[in-house]
Amino acid sequence: MIKPLLQVRNLSLGFTRKTDDGSDILTIDALSDISFQLHAGETLALLGESGCGKSLTALALMRLLPTQARFQTGHVLLGSDQQGGRTEDLLRVSEDRMRQVRGRRMAMIFQEPATSLNPVMRIGEQIKEVLKLHRAMAGSDADEEVLALLAQVGLPDPQRAASAYPFELSGGMKQRAMIAIALAGDPDILLADEPTTALDVTLQAQILDLIAVLQRERQMGVLLITHDLAVVSARADRVAVMYAGQIVESGPVAQVLQHSTHPYTRALLAALPEKAVPGQALAQLSGRVPPLGSWPMACRFAPRCAIREPHCVEESPPWVLLPGADSLELQHHGRCWRVGDETISDDQPLALLAEPIHPIEASPVLTVSNLRVRYQPSSQGMLHRLSRVLSRKPVKPVRPVVDGVSFNLKPGETLAIVGESGCGKTTTARAILRLIDSESGDIILNGNAIVGAGIKPVNGWRRDVQMVFQDPFASLDPRQRIRQVLSEGPVALGLPASEYNNDSLVRLLDRVGLPPEALDRFPHEFSGGQRQRVAIARALAVSPKVLICDEPTSALDVSVQAQILNLLQKLQAETGVAYLFITHNFGVVRYLADRVLVMQAGQVVETGDTEQLLSRPQHAYTRALLNSVPMLG
Amino acid sequence: MTISSLLNNLSQSLWVWLVTDVLLWSLFVLLILSVVVILRSPLQRAVWQKVFHQRLAVVSAVLLAVAASFALLDSIHLREPLPRATQDMPVRYSVEVNSVLDLLLVDLRKDHEKTYSAPLAVTLAALEPVTVSLPDGTIEVRREAPRLKVAGAAFPPGPVDETTYWLDVVQRADLGAVGGALFFGVLGFIFMLLRRISSKNEQTNRIAWRWVAYTLASLCVLGGIFIGLSSNFHVFGTDKVGQDVLYQVLKSLRTALVIGLVPTLVTLPLGIALGLSAGYFRGKVDDVIQYVYTTVSAIPGVLLIAAAVLSIQVMIDNHPEWFATAVERGDIRLLALCIILGMTSWTGIARLLRGEALKMREFEYVQAARAFGVSAGQILLRHVLPNVFPIILITLVMEFSSLVLAEAVLSYIGIGVDPTMFSFGLMINNARMELSRDPVVWWSLTAAFLFMVILVLAANLLADAVRDALDPRSEGQS
Repeated sequence: MIKPLLQVRNLSLGFTRKTDDGSDILTIDALSDISFQLHAGETLALLGESGCGKSLTALALMRLLPTQARFQTGHVLLGSDQQGGRTEDLLRVSEDRMRQVRGRRMAMIFQEPATSLNPVMRIGEQIKEVLKLHRAMAGSDADEEVLALLAQVGLPDPQRAASAYPFELSGGMKQRAMIAIALAGDPDILLADEPTTALDVTLQAQILDLIAVLQRERQMGVLLITHDLAVVSARADRVAVMYAGQIVESGPVAQVLQHSTHPYTRALLAALPEKAVPGQALAQLSGRVPPLGSWPMACRFAPRCAIREPHCVEESPPWVLLPGADSLELQHHGRCWRVGDETISDDQPLALLAEPIHPIEASPVLTVSNLRVRYQPSSQGMLHRLSRVLSRKPVKPVRPVVDGVSFNLKPGETLAIVGESGCGKTTTARAILRLIDSESGDIILNGNAIVGAGIKPVNGWRRDVQMVFQDPFASLDPRQRIRQVLSEGPVALGLPASEYNNDSLVRLLDRVGLPPEALDRFPHEFSGGQRQRVAIARALAVSPKVLICDEPTSALDVSVQAQILNLLQKLQAETGVAYLFITHNFGVVRYLADRVLVMQAGQVVETGDTEQLLSRPQHAYTRALLNSVPMLG
Repeated sequence: MTISSLLNNLSQSLWVWLVTDVLLWSLFVLLILSVVVILRSPLQRAVWQKVFHQRLAVVSAVLLAVAASFALLDSIHLREPLPRATQDMPVRYSVEVNSVLDLLLVDLRKDHEKTYSAPLAVTLAALEPVTVSLPDGTIEVRREAPRLKVAGAAFPPGPVDETTYWLDVVQRADLGAVGGALFFGVLGFIFMLLRRISSKNEQTNRIAWRWVAYTLASLCVLGGIFIGLSSNFHVFGTDKVGQDVLYQVLKSLRTALVIGLVPTLVTLPLGIALGLSAGYFRGKVDDVIQYVYTTVSAIPGVLLIAAAVLSIQVMIDNHPEWFATAVERGDIRLLALCIILGMTSWTGIARLLRGEALKMREFEYVQAARAFGVSAGQILLRHVLPNVFPIILITLVMEFSSLVLAEAVLSYIGIGVDPTMFSFGLMINNARMELSRDPVVWWSLTAAFLFMVILVLAANLLADAVRDALDPRSEGQS
């Protein structure tokens, strides 16, 4: 049997924290009993929702931890790169030795390429730094190696990329440069911490392909940290599912995804909109990952578990090996009392959504025709503008961000707008809300023209269209109580006071599934999903006819996403509100949308019924977009 | 002076409310109001709890509070009635305007020496011809340092024996310390009683109260020692005209606080209004405001201040009829100085807030408010202003120390406060000549330096603590 490159055994880690009166120091468990191994040429995925300790695990392997972190037990055994060399325990070597390991044996790429590159150094210099440190290369050798590396990561013009500063590169190119830096030390292990989360779908596919190719060439072990089940399914060999600082299930990807034993893995899979039948409610996982320091004593998943038994909250579940594995690599483990329990069936009864009370009507509530939006070139000083006016030089027109977009939306209908970032999706939405001025085109909302030549609408129309924003952490004013947040709209629009008295606000909260006590709390007391519920309630407070949802679930975890999508479905069935749903997640599109509109570079390239468009895309761009989406196997 | 005679005096005197008195007291009322608001809001409360979890912040806050109480006592001015010849004569008031602090420190204020004397000295620091009749009947004129008029009165005339002197010093210091400790004990006892009676403070901040107690205890003991020594000595010596230096530094506290706080009354409205509207409205509004503050900050501040202060001084000199007393005249100059300091220092906060508003107008909650058609003014007031409040607060506290230091510099070059007033800057200015004398007169400068450093350091430390607590990025690090 080949020895694994990296073996992590019973790694436990805690955070020290002062007690509230500052007199004592507590240690809070952050990682417990993490064990896994990584072989050369293999991809192991660490899967889990945010706050489960995935990134912390990667940082612990590199010993790049915040000062409050303390290792408690465990070993991180790194196999030697020489034949017959000894394995080292990385938790017990000196900091000097560790610095040789970082970058040389194990390299890391991060989620956000924009902040992990040094903005004042050229890409080439940043790579050379690694070459000098770990491979003692300098001068022309190093220059050649830099170009070779940049060519390897698929940058079209390595010469230019080497002399470029990070801001001169696009997001995808930055991530490629980041990978080149990671490869410069010729590492045996690559730790990729959500390497594609910040990127578009098409770029995501390219970067993952690149990592796969490089891995094959160099026989690297890759530890891929992700929350995306589809990425795991398409890219990983084995997967370890993490929950609340523990690995709850691990094994070969096909095994884990198709015959999952742990209820958490199952719930994650069931919550995916890709798996659901449109019109049916998504299986949802109630609650969220408990915050650090309040993890249950016994089974950490027990409070959210649907198949919980009494002893689950009393005794920690065992780490069970499932039968049928021939070799170590194919072993499938689960941390649950009910592993192998035949009585649990995979298909839980799913609730059907309520029949829509408001069927889709024929006459559109929102009609957009030939909408064109152009951003003015960034404002220069007064003198610049003055001199331009005086010299009467014609202003060079910039390319419009939204160029002749037309569509209509019927009551009770959901129209999804998909496309890469920068294609003008969000700009269209903001132009409809008149948050930015459009250059030309007409928008007719509920029979009233709100944008068009010579129209100066009063604010009354604003109650007919509202928006739910992407980031629930930025969309609520941190200094306002929920009561103020919810009543802001009705007050500003001059609605009667009965629209925002205590009773109607409580009713509003009830509709989005929040308790009445929430009214007097501040946003920071809520989780991401709850905040998004508040944001939806705020928009609904003025009972709009059209609700624009700008990627409302992209910042949320899978289980929370299912809750929010179910809520949106329910609200539409109840009130007949029309959704303009901006997203890049095709699973969500398939599940929620009636019609789809594909945008590229400010123009509509294809539009049609969801089912038809997804199964038989006509335009080349739509096909490219669909192909780059990782699908569950 | 006993308390009863002080009260009697207060009831019969003519009250004089100087402009800066009113401003300082209204700032104090404003502070009390904001404390009430903070106590009511759980969010704010949590933040300030965090501030006062830091020992240095607590100590600084107590020091500043003590300095502020001196300044506030010094900001109640009155004119004492003159003795009447007959009962039915109308009451006339003295032209001398005194503050309550002056009345409390009457011994320090009234008891002048002839000229310089070192701290705790019993003789002058200057040599004078003294006529001595020798035992053999001849008369000799020697140059020696004569005994002080006020200090050392407890000793018999003639040279003071070293042991007697030190015994006396130690005795008085000890007595004062014990008195201070007793005073603190009584204070603590009353406080405990009050707490026992109300006894609802469940979540009191234990660390904070413990350090408040430590600081107050040391201040009480220190104050006791000062009072004890003052009964026979000048603790910080005397200046050129023989005035007690301790009295001068205590009086300077008010000037420092006025200079540190009143300009913000000008800075804040200008800085907030212009900064926020520049950032929020952008375009032409931004252009105009940016040009204004770039221009203002391009003019050398000292020149502008010198020009303004000198022209106001000319105006004051030309209209002696406007002012009933010299104190009022000095006060108007102080106010003018504050206003002009405010006019030159609003650009920093305006620039800061412009950046914040630029960033914040793109925040999704501001967008959501705009989607409801909320007016720009309402958005600025309800969403932007509350969220930049921490920044404003931090800038204010930082500004305080730089203003106090600016006063010292301005008074040093002669365009600061009126020379009839007391201020750290004036004391330092006087020290220019004193340091070149022989023997060196170091105590005046040292006392001013010591008090100013403590005041500014306390303000800076408090500002640091406030910034740490209000900065969301420091969340979770402790």
